[in-house]
Amino acid sequence: MRELDVAWVTEAVAELSVNACTELGEDVVAFFREALEREESETGRDILRQLLENAELAKRTRVPLCQDTGLAVVFVEVGQEVHLVGGSLEEAVNEGVRRGYTEGYLRKSAVADPIGARKNTGDNTPAMLHTRIVPGDKVRVVVAPKGGGAENMSALGMLKPSQGRQGAIDFIVDTVSKAGPNPCPPVIVGVGLGGTFEKAAYLAKHALLREVGSTNPDPRLAELEDEIERRCNALGIGPAGLGGTVTVIDVFVEELPAHIASMPVAVNIQCHSARHKEVVL
Amino acid sequence: MERRVSTPLTDDVVESLRSGDRLLLNGLLYTARDAAHKRLVELIDKGEPLPLDLRGQVIYFVGPTPPKPGEVIGSAGPTTSGRMDAYSPKLLDLGLKGMIGKGSRSEAVKEALRRNKAVYLGATGGAGALLAQRIVSSRVVAYEDLGPEAIRELEVVDFPVVVINDMYGGDLYVEGRKKYERKVGC
Repeated sequence: MRELDVAWVTEAVAELSVNACTELGEDVVAFFREALEREESETGRDILRQLLENAELAKRTRVPLCQDTGLAVVFVEVGQEVHLVGGSLEEAVNEGVRRGYTEGYLRKSAVADPIGARKNTGDNTPAMLHTRIVPGDKVRVVVAPKGGGAENMSALGMLKPSQGRQGAIDFIVDTVSKAGPNPCPPVIVGVGLGGTFEKAAYLAKHALLREVGSTNPDPRLAELEDEIERRCNALGIGPAGLGGTVTVIDVFVEELPAHIASMPVAVNIQCHSARHKEVVL
Repeated sequence: MERRVSTPLTDDVVESLRSGDRLLLNGLLYTARDAAHKRLVELIDKGEPLPLDLRGQVIYFVGPTPPKPGEVIGSAGPTTSGRMDAYSPKLLDLGLKGMIGKGSRSEAVKEALRRNKAVYLGATGGAGALLAQRIVSSRVVAYEDLGPEAIRELEVVDFPVVVINDMYGGDLYVEGRKKYERKVGC
């Protein structure tokens, strides 16, 4: 059995946190360039140009893309043939967040006692950690810092099965519509369909990791994503919400079977600063 | 085209601004977000003096990242303004002339803008590296204990903003959206 010291996980999380916050993915940058060609609003195009300049500046100067460097959402997929040694995986991930956010001059945005004192934890821990055991002898670590503005506009609906496909689409589009300018559009819309309450939300979050511009391998979901995207772009919200034809960067749907009585629909909104970096150890 | 505007803002300047105008701000701004607003309004409610004179000034809703050694400020884009809605009218009534943030404001804030001849300006959310470059100096003027939420005096040069809410009831979020809204068959 392959042994892996969790210190490697700490190092990976620290480095990925800083890189995610300063280097926007090429897929998102390519989207901005393409959107600049088709955005009809002049002010909207001006915003897109600012976002391109911002991405270039952040990469060159290592100043974070956005001051909201988020809560650190971390996905760890552990191959079942790996034996993790050297301490607790969870603590190793938190140590990585602590190091990345402190040594990388990222903002610490985590507060304890959320409905009371709201005291800053001081080092952006705890990580919002999702682990999975998968086949193989590798460990995949993904760091996806998530800002508060877009997270606040997300929603979970335990819809009635009778509402069907149209009801689900209406709920998703309505969530984007109500969010308006607040979540920093153009946004990525992560959607989780089915499962249970918490699984739907997890799927919506996980969906945000997909590459912008990629097509869902399931033709039924690909068609659904296109329809949601068309309807969201027709809302007129536009870049920064100032009015325009580009409201959505992409729509990503993940799905699970649901209970016979349930139709959960989770919508996780991701701002245009769609940050995630990963490494395989 | 952008228009250069200097702070502090006068009535004449505010009267000339309309929702949708693109501006480049020059001069001083004051940072404050949730925690600092809460403290300012607690002082107002107790009838005590504020640590800064708000008359004519512009508040920027921002909590920057920590600066690296040698940097003026870290990443410094706007935060969501709606969280300040409960506090802003009281500050506007004391002479605050402008606010910079992102996202929609409440009817009470828009009414306070009309009443006090003031404006709400939008900076581009998520453009923190770009906006930081337009900030040439930064010093804490109150509430240092709040860390990134302390009140800072920033000097800005050609800081890009858009007029969202003017003093006449104009609202770019509403007007802009209406202009590009489309009907889709579904």
